[in-house]
Amino acid sequence: MNALTPQAYTTADGREIGDILMEIKNITLRFGGVVAIEDISFDIQQGEIRAIIGPNGAGKSSMLNVISGFYVPQDGKVWFRGAKRPAMRPYKVAQQGIARTFQNIALFEGMSVLDNVMTGRLTHMKTGIWSQALWQGRAKTEEFENREKVERIIDFLEIQSIRKTPVARLPYGLKKRVELARALAAEPKLLLLDEPMAGMNVEEKEDMSRFILDVNDEFGTTICLIEHDMGVVMDLSDRVVVMDYGRKIGDGTPDEVRNNQAVIDAYLGVSHD
Amino acid sequence: MPEQLLFAMEVILNGLMAGVLYSLVALGFVLIFKASGIFNYAQGVMALFAALTLVGIMEGQVPFSHLINAVFGTNIHEFGWQVPAVLAIILTIAVMVLLAIAVERFVLKHLVNQPEIILFMATIGLAFILEGFGDLMWGSEIKILDVGLPQGVSDIVETTTFGWFGYGFFIDKLDMVAAVIAVLLVILLTIFFKYTKQGRALRAVADDHQAALSVGISLRFIWVLVWSIAGIVALVAGMMWGAKSGVQFSLSLIALKALPVLILGGFTSIPGAIIGGLIIGVGEKLFEFSIGPLIGGATENWFAYVLALLFLVFRPQGLFGEKIIERV
Repeated sequence: MNALTPQAYTTADGREIGDILMEIKNITLRFGGVVAIEDISFDIQQGEIRAIIGPNGAGKSSMLNVISGFYVPQDGKVWFRGAKRPAMRPYKVAQQGIARTFQNIALFEGMSVLDNVMTGRLTHMKTGIWSQALWQGRAKTEEFENREKVERIIDFLEIQSIRKTPVARLPYGLKKRVELARALAAEPKLLLLDEPMAGMNVEEKEDMSRFILDVNDEFGTTICLIEHDMGVVMDLSDRVVVMDYGRKIGDGTPDEVRNNQAVIDAYLGVSHD
Repeated sequence: MPEQLLFAMEVILNGLMAGVLYSLVALGFVLIFKASGIFNYAQGVMALFAALTLVGIMEGQVPFSHLINAVFGTNIHEFGWQVPAVLAIILTIAVMVLLAIAVERFVLKHLVNQPEIILFMATIGLAFILEGFGDLMWGSEIKILDVGLPQGVSDIVETTTFGWFGYGFFIDKLDMVAAVIAVLLVILLTIFFKYTKQGRALRAVADDHQAALSVGISLRFIWVLVWSIAGIVALVAGMMWGAKSGVQFSLSLIALKALPVLILGGFTSIPGAIIGGLIIGVGEKLFEFSIGPLIGGATENWFAYVLALLFLVFRPQGLFGEKIIERV
C-alpha cells in the first residue's frame, strides 16, 4: 500500500528503527486566505524520535494539530499503521492510540495529579457503567490494572510526591511533566509533544530531555515532537523535519539538517547559538 | 420541654423538608454547570416540561391535540387509556433523553468554544421555546399529578412525637418521600461522578475541553449524557413539586429559588446544592417564625435572596464551591 518502502536504520545508540508508523502525504492546510501548511509530506517510523522544527509561525503546531485531528486539512491524507485515515474528530484519533500534549498545557486543573493521569487510561476502560458503579467483577480488576500502569508511569516520571496534589497548585515545569504522564498513560502508539520544553529553565529542560529519551527507550514509544530550542532538538531526535513559512525545507538526521543550506539560511543563519 | 422550643423544632423540620425540594431543583443546575460551565436557565422549565409530560402520558392525553384539532378540524383529546405510573416515568425519562439529544444537536454543537454568556443566553432562549413547546404539546391548564406518592400529614410522626414530648409534629408525608429520594439521588450521583469512567470523563470535560478531546473523550456524548441526567433530575423535582401543588406553569419559577441555593452551596458542588437548599429552607422558615411577626410577615419571599447577597459579599464561591483564585 505504501509507495515508499521503509528504510530501516540503526540509531547512534543502537536502536533498530523499523516500519513506517505514520505517513503524512501532501498535507495542505489553509485558514481563509492564509496558507499554514503547504503540500508537506514526511513519515514517522516505528520507535524513532521525530522532530519538527522551524522558526515562529512556520506551521509546526498546525502540523501537529492535523496529526491529532484538531485541524482538518483541505488537502492530503494522513496514513496511520498502513491505512488511510478518514477525517476524524480528535477524540477518535486519541482512541486510535495517538496521545498528545499541548504547548500551553491543557490539564484538568481541578483534579489531582493521579486523577489527571488516570484520565489517560479512559480509552482502555472497557467495562460497563453498572459494574463500575457497583465496584465489582471485571471493573475492579480493570481499575487495579489501570492503577498499576499509572503508578508505574508516575514512578517513572518521578512525580510520586505530588500524586494527590491538585494540578492547579503545581509549578509550570511539573505541570508539563504531569501532562506527559497523562499522555503516556494511554500507552500511545504515537506520542505527540507540542513544545515540551517551552518556557522551561535549563535544568527543567535537561530533566525533560532525559524523560523523553527514557520514555522512548524504556517503553519503545514512537515520539513526534515540536521544539524551538535547536540544541535540544539535535541532541534528542533521530530525524528532523524543518519547516519554514508552511513549507518543508529539510528532512533528515540532525547532521544532515545541520548542513542543509536552505535550513541554515532560514533558521540557523539567524540563530543566536 | 417548653412549647415554644418544640414549635421551633417543628418549624426547623418543615424547613428541612421544604429545603429538600429546593435542593432537587438546584441539583439539576449544578450538574450542567459542573460538566459544561453553562448556567442552564432552562432547568426550571425542564422540570415543568417533565412533569407535564408525565401527567400527559399517565392520563393518555394526545400530544399536540390542540394543534392537530386546529389543523385537521378533528376533536381528539385523549387516547382513552391510563398508563401506570412506573411505565409513564420510564417513558418520560426517554422523552428527557430525546430532549438532551435535541439540545446537543441543535444548540450546543453550534456553540462550542463560545463565551459562557452566549451559552447562557442560548439557555434562556431554550427556556422560552421549551415552555411554549410544553404548552403546545400538553395544553396550559393546571393538572393534578398523582403518581401514588403518599400525601397529607404523617400520622405516625404525629403520634410518636406526641408520645415523646406531649406535642405532635406536623410533617407532610410527601416531603418525607422527597427527602428520601433526594438522599438516594445524591448517593447515586456521587458514585457516578467518582467511580465510573463516564463520571471521570464528565469531570474532565468540565475542566478543559481540549484536554478532554486529547484523551479520547467525545464532548458530544458527554453533553448528551449530562443533559439527560439533568433531565431526569428535573423530572424528579417536577414530580415532587407537581404532586405538592399541581402541575402548572408557575412551576418553572421555582427555578429562581434555586439561585440563592446555588450561591450558598457553590455552583459546582453536589453536596453544596443539597446543604444550600436545606439552609435556605430552614433559614426562611425560622426567620418567618421568629422575625416575621415583628416586621409584618411574608419574609419567605425575599429572605433567600438577602442571604444569597450576604454570601456574595463574604464568600462568593459558596460554602463548597471551588475556590476562586485569580492569578496575574
